[in-house]
Amino acid sequence: MTAAVEFRRVERHYGEVRAVDGVDLSIAQGEFFAMLGPSGSGKTTCLRLIAGFERPTGGEVAIMGAPMGDVPPYRRPVNTVFQDYALFPHLNVRDNVAYGLMIAGQGRAPRRRAADEALEMVALPGYGARKPSELSGGQRQRVALARALVMQPKVLLLDEPLGALDLKLREAMQEELKALQRRLGITFVFVTHDQGEALSMADRVAVFNDGRIVQAGTPEDIYYRPEAPFVADFVGSSNLLPPEVTRRLGLGDGPAALRPEAVRLVSEGGHAARVTGLAFLGTATRLSLDLDGHRMTALIPRGADMPAEGSDVRIGWAPDDLHLMKVSA
Amino acid sequence: MTSADTSPASPVTAPDAATRLSDILWRRPRLLIALLIGPPLAWLGIVYLGALFALLAQSFFSIDEFSGQIRYELTLSTYAELFRAYNLDIILRTVAMAASVTVAAAIVAFPIAYYAARYATGRWKAIFYLGIMLPLWSSYLVKVYAWKLILAKEGILGWLFETLHLTWLLEAYLAIPGIGGNSLSVSWTGTFLVFLYVWLPFMILPVQAALERVPPSMLEASGDLGARPGQTLRHVLIPLALPGIIAGSIFTFSLTLGDYIVPQIVGTSARMIGQAVYQYQGTAGNIPLAAAFAVVPILIMAVYLWIAKRKGAFDAL
Repeated sequence: MTAAVEFRRVERHYGEVRAVDGVDLSIAQGEFFAMLGPSGSGKTTCLRLIAGFERPTGGEVAIMGAPMGDVPPYRRPVNTVFQDYALFPHLNVRDNVAYGLMIAGQGRAPRRRAADEALEMVALPGYGARKPSELSGGQRQRVALARALVMQPKVLLLDEPLGALDLKLREAMQEELKALQRRLGITFVFVTHDQGEALSMADRVAVFNDGRIVQAGTPEDIYYRPEAPFVADFVGSSNLLPPEVTRRLGLGDGPAALRPEAVRLVSEGGHAARVTGLAFLGTATRLSLDLDGHRMTALIPRGADMPAEGSDVRIGWAPDDLHLMKVSA
Repeated sequence: MTSADTSPASPVTAPDAATRLSDILWRRPRLLIALLIGPPLAWLGIVYLGALFALLAQSFFSIDEFSGQIRYELTLSTYAELFRAYNLDIILRTVAMAASVTVAAAIVAFPIAYYAARYATGRWKAIFYLGIMLPLWSSYLVKVYAWKLILAKEGILGWLFETLHLTWLLEAYLAIPGIGGNSLSVSWTGTFLVFLYVWLPFMILPVQAALERVPPSMLEASGDLGARPGQTLRHVLIPLALPGIIAGSIFTFSLTLGDYIVPQIVGTSARMIGQAVYQYQGTAGNIPLAAAFAVVPILIMAVYLWIAKRKGAFDAL
């Protein structure tokens, strides 16, 4: 099956700045794909390269197998949900949703019907006559989603769509988006800087840094088997043990990642550490530890005996939980 | 700590005179607003509106055709005079000129404003503002006379057409009745060009301000939904820039309606409203008719704004 989106050695340079620097990528049809990275890592530029708002300075972007080199945004089979939603303030909600159909030359009655159906799909029935300025942030986001989906794109691009929503709404929308994607079977490409969001929603995640993909894989791969210190560090608050420490403790030769929840307090064996701080988080307590001069954190579930700040403890972990990395980037 | 006799020092420092004044204003924010807008409001209310009402009152008097004296009785006869063919001509000619200047200014200003709002940054933005504002620094009379030289028969434009062997084209154009004439400087087209030039900054600046507020993502969204750039212009950019265009058109339209200097220096002998007002209140001594003429642009602008509002031109504000 042809890939929904394919990047072949794609570059986007602005003079000296290499926003995207040699990205190879293949997104399968029907996949929920997340591009994860800090700001300035090139993930949004990659999304804009798919939409056609940017043109690559090198390499090639293909959508459904067709090279997009000279295809302007208005002829690409993709639609975008913008970070700021970009709803047209002079049109009401229905005309916003029907905008693409109006441009495509559809008659007033069918496009009205299609817009109302799309609004129903995003759980905003009866909102057609309102102006975007009369809606809340979450509602605007749904309108933006309906406006893109009504075009029945091959690929839906989402640029940090949940970034402006508050936590509760964001969590609800994550589930809804996921369910919507399953139901429609459309390829979703999703840009975010929130690792939790990427891991919980996506089938596959690409972690970006400095214009390159550091690692691409399933959320489990990214979380449990980071291939580079950057990934371990960026995806959640993993403990990163530098090579000196792993060598000194006789664990291995390269850097290693250890999830805070994998660390346990043991009565004997393990490694000596000193508790330098405690933070109560509800279901668990986060311990700040000094392991042989190296700072690390541990999440101790509720119910365990908590050591006092400043006390000496012994810590351990299951051998499988320590992930050794080959690269020392 | 047994110092029961020394009261603790107040955490608030003692105010001096300026601070005390600030304190008074801080406690009474309305007083500050009244002080700030009171004088200009008095100026507007008494001097401007007063003059306007005096003008309105004058237009309801009439002139005695034998003695040339003003008859101070309320009548609509002066307004009836406006509808005489030669006066109506003046009004229609002026409105046609103001409308053409406004439309042309909007068309010329839009690309310039668009460039400035979307592409110009840093130094180029400064150059843009300077380029737009610089003509406003020199006297408007100087500019109009400069244009007379440009448009004169032996002037710069005539020379340019001759050099390009296009004199025939210019002559063919000048032969068109109504807009042509002996030379550009004594034609309707000449007046139009000078008006367009002198009022253009008043159109560019508000349009630029309106376009500046259109987020780039709005245009990208339109393209993303399949609209070609031309369709985006029509369905998104112009509707969103409309309040700016209307604001600019208020300037260009009303300034053209009331001007009496440009048509006097460049153009035909046919008069415009401004010239009529100037002559009736001066040499002819017919203050009531001059006042009635002066009311016409006010009415036209009121109707224009009313229509603009009804058409939703300010919805995007």
